[in-house]
Amino acid sequence: MNPETNAKYAIETRDMDFYYGNFRAVKNVNLQFERQKISAIIGPSGCGKSTVLRSFNRMNDFIPGTRVKGEILFHGQNLYDPQVDPVQVRRLIGMVFQKPNPFPKTIYENVAWGARINGIPGIMDELVEESLVKAALWDEVKDDLRKNALALSGGQQQRLCIARALAVRPEIILMDEPCSALDPIATLKIEELMRDLSKNYTIIIVTHNMQQAARASDYTAFFTMEQDRAGVMVEYGQTGQIFTNPRDKRTEDYITGRFG
Amino acid sequence: MPRETLDREIHHLQDEVLLLGSMVEQAMSASVEALRKRDLESSRRIYRDDRLINEKRFAIENAILVLIATQQPMAHDLRFLAAILEVITELERMGDYAKGIAKINSLLGDDANLSTIRDISRMSEISVSMLHRALGAFVAEDDMLARAIPVEDDLVDDLYNQIYRSLVSSMIADPATIDHANYLLWAAHNLERMADRVTNICERTVFIATGELMELSSSDDEDQFDNI
Repeated sequence: MNPETNAKYAIETRDMDFYYGNFRAVKNVNLQFERQKISAIIGPSGCGKSTVLRSFNRMNDFIPGTRVKGEILFHGQNLYDPQVDPVQVRRLIGMVFQKPNPFPKTIYENVAWGARINGIPGIMDELVEESLVKAALWDEVKDDLRKNALALSGGQQQRLCIARALAVRPEIILMDEPCSALDPIATLKIEELMRDLSKNYTIIIVTHNMQQAARASDYTAFFTMEQDRAGVMVEYGQTGQIFTNPRDKRTEDYITGRFG
Repeated sequence: MPRETLDREIHHLQDEVLLLGSMVEQAMSASVEALRKRDLESSRRIYRDDRLINEKRFAIENAILVLIATQQPMAHDLRFLAAILEVITELERMGDYAKGIAKINSLLGDDANLSTIRDISRMSEISVSMLHRALGAFVAEDDMLARAIPVEDDLVDDLYNQIYRSLVSSMIADPATIDHANYLLWAAHNLERMADRVTNICERTVFIATGELMELSSSDDEDQFDNI
């Protein structure tokens, strides 16, 4: 995996299938995620959207019996090639989860930890500050860096998790329902932060909240589940088009609340 | 069905648009009929009742804003509501045209020459019929029908040109007719504009059905500038 390669897309899937044992959970996904854009994946429960997202940084490796068929290209290389180091993948492709999950340590340690074990060079204090600034949390915590992270509000904890992800200098940030545990104000803060971060990072977000996808993303992919319970990608396009004039009736039915 | 409220409100709005449309159709037909019969009482009523058209338009607009705020409509629903906002504006303006014609009746003197009234009535019949079918196409989201209607605007334009020539001739022949000939020209112009606005409604029907915003041209469009 050579980060110098100038691949056209941040991530590209080619005929991707995903299996849990013998069950094909996702089939035939062909998607191209633009660099430094926010792409949203929406769809009903069970359509495989989180499965797809987690396969982008090999988080599914932790679930026994799972496998990917087809290709997921990152810098021109299939993420699932045997010579690819999943730890390196997870450094370059970070993830923020549904529920904020800071370590029960200080704010400072939460941000510094990943950077330290990944051997990110530079002065740690500066890296912590830079990451917290980027995550729009610095002003709120700069006098309390030794406070336990669990004492922060939910929205602050989520931004801390984003700072933690940024500290290891990723290229892509995956977000799996990052606002579902947050109130509307904290949600808007995260969405504004995503917009800001997209100047330097590629963001892919899975969300149940269609309004959030409409508000916060540049591109939207709609997934649904077929008769065989396998998730498929139905339609992918610019968010404005998907929400005003979707091409596929299944997309229309889902986003207008007729199904799902 | 998880979206009963939205569906119910959308059906209600369709009915309200049809109701507003029929108020406008009626006002326009009645205003030209009152002009033909020189029925000042009827014109006065049409002039006064224009406010009912305005109120209905504002009520629909308000209902749409509430629906957008509370139901967050998307895709086809969103296009439909956005299109209604345009359509009711067109209808309200057509109501103003009918009101204008009612006013003209009161301004015309007793001795006005009404030799063009047959053509003016014919313009009114065609324009009102176009509107009626355009609204039918709108609620049915029938874009093929909507695309076919604007062509008829040519008939209305031809009648307008005929009336124009006739009234200008009479003004040249007898300058004493200038005042009332101008009033009648104004009435004909209102009807000509009404037919143009029907085309705008047809464009919105195409938008709802296909998502495409496009001009539906009749032969008097700008690309025919040289033929004016």
